[in-house]
Amino acid sequence: MFESLFNAFILPENVTWFGQNLHLPSFVPYLAIAGTLGFILGILPMLIWIERVVIALMQDRIGPNRVGPRGLLQAAADVLKLFFKEDFLPKSVDIRLYYLAPFLTMLIALSAGAVLPAQNLTFRHGDGTLFRVPVTVGDVNVGLLYILAMSSLGVYGIVLAGWASNNKYSLIGGLRASAQLISYELSMGMAILCVVVLAGSLKLSDIVEAQNQLPFGIKAAPEFLRGSVFSWFWLQSLIIPVILYTISMIAETNRAPFDLPEAESELVAGFHTEYSSMKFATFFAGEYVNMLVVSALNAALFWGGSLPPLNLAILHIVPGFVWYILKIMMGIFLYTWLRATLPRLRYDALMNLGWKKMLPLGLFWLFLLSGYSLIRDTIAERRDSPLLPTTTRYLVSPDTATDRRTAPLSNERTHATDTSGSDVRARSSGTSVSPGGSMPSLAPPEEKPKDIPIP
Amino acid sequence: MTPQLALFWLLAIISVAASLVMVRSRNPIRSALCLVATFLCIAVFYITLSAQFIAAVQIIVYAGAIMVLFLFVIMLLNMGAGQEMRDKGTLQTPIAVGLGVSFLVALLFSQRIVTLPRTNVSPELVDRMGEVQTVGANLYSPAQPWLFPFEITSILLLVAVIGAIIMAKRRI
Repeated sequence: MFESLFNAFILPENVTWFGQNLHLPSFVPYLAIAGTLGFILGILPMLIWIERVVIALMQDRIGPNRVGPRGLLQAAADVLKLFFKEDFLPKSVDIRLYYLAPFLTMLIALSAGAVLPAQNLTFRHGDGTLFRVPVTVGDVNVGLLYILAMSSLGVYGIVLAGWASNNKYSLIGGLRASAQLISYELSMGMAILCVVVLAGSLKLSDIVEAQNQLPFGIKAAPEFLRGSVFSWFWLQSLIIPVILYTISMIAETNRAPFDLPEAESELVAGFHTEYSSMKFATFFAGEYVNMLVVSALNAALFWGGSLPPLNLAILHIVPGFVWYILKIMMGIFLYTWLRATLPRLRYDALMNLGWKKMLPLGLFWLFLLSGYSLIRDTIAERRDSPLLPTTTRYLVSPDTATDRRTAPLSNERTHATDTSGSDVRARSSGTSVSPGGSMPSLAPPEEKPKDIPIP
Repeated sequence: MTPQLALFWLLAIISVAASLVMVRSRNPIRSALCLVATFLCIAVFYITLSAQFIAAVQIIVYAGAIMVLFLFVIMLLNMGAGQEMRDKGTLQTPIAVGLGVSFLVALLFSQRIVTLPRTNVSPELVDRMGEVQTVGANLYSPAQPWLFPFEITSILLLVAVIGAIIMAKRRI
């Protein structure tokens, strides 16, 4: 009965517009740029409002309620106030680096959002076959590594701010930040590697697609559990990686209870002590953008990205990006919750937790999951086993994935259907439709002809 | 000029300028930052050569980890701005310039002396050569000779880690 509704979401591949032929999948990256930037920058003032209201509720206070209905315009008023604050330049700062630092933080935080997979768009090719295009700015082959690289670059903004301010509190804040980020990057990497071992890909859209399966590959499971909350990687990776990731994502963004770089009771304001006006606001916004990006990564890796919580037709009608934003917002709520409840860690306790507890646990779990996935694949090769189908490992389409995986470099001309990254034509020709259980209107996957005109 | 060529020249100018500033600057922090800029440019070069995996690793390892540690040490040692870092009156500068120029000349004329083998890899393969799957499949493939050097390198890193612990710890 929902068939006509699903059909409404399917876009034609080529559209004639003012006499010109437009190839719609080519415009998906532009849509993604606009959507990602619009979402991140648009939600920023709301985040501050959410945080203040939630903390006020938790601490039994009233919270912002003067400016606008329910205090909704409070954030806008704060931004306006920051615009008109005096832009104070302290004496004996390193001027160039002092100005560079906040914008570096913001720029790196924003550019990390480029590979986040918002949802899939379904297009209908001329001959009636359907194919999906993930809405990301660049669905690169090493998307996960790209995010890790950006998050490891993010420390420069803080360190430079601490050093350029020529202030002992700032310097200590910067040093603390760099030590903390390096330490927690390791456990974060371990948690992410656990997911990569299970999904068999570093491409974020593939990782989301890998969670679209029956829970633990048990074929006896009912169909409405396919791609449901029980088959996402938080449970498939046996819960520990998601805990490790969540702790280290909070530490990576310098939020409470890991806000030692800006511990106000010890360091005034840490690395941004000497910053005022919009430069301070840029730091502030950069921190929130960072929070959004790591929460979005959390949602994509462990919580199924744009997949609805149950494989029911009525949930599939809601567009994927709505589920994705909902999951991101749950991460933001967790941030606020922890900030309202937990006291700040002592410095030695912070290092102890990162190096002596989380890193060994992460290493052990990676070892465990590697063995598990190896055994799982061996079992899956035996046809009589009810365990896991191969769909978890080879997502794009089984033949190209196995071909790419096993073939060493040779001079044979191999038929590559799915090439790397940024080219929409290559991507759309390789991504085939894998219909969920309750999407009856989708045609079986078919190879698409490669000669698609690009406007 | 094609966009690729324009990008190449842009990156080339930035990376060469950054490395020159890195060598010339008297401020160690600024030197370190220029080195980071050079690393980033090289990462983009890798991407233009469709070696995405190497590009990401370049940023993570060099720009993200090693240079952060460098900055950390520079700040801890408090080598602030305006500190004179160079020795005057040594032969270092002329020797370095001479060696650099001779290296450049050797590089430019190496085509005449040695004929490098042309690659005979098919275009489809080149397109996905930089992907993680291809790198991994070839690095660990028994048919290729790379597994042994890889393992030896990891033992080398292990030795370095153990050595660091032994030197840093007073009592073991």
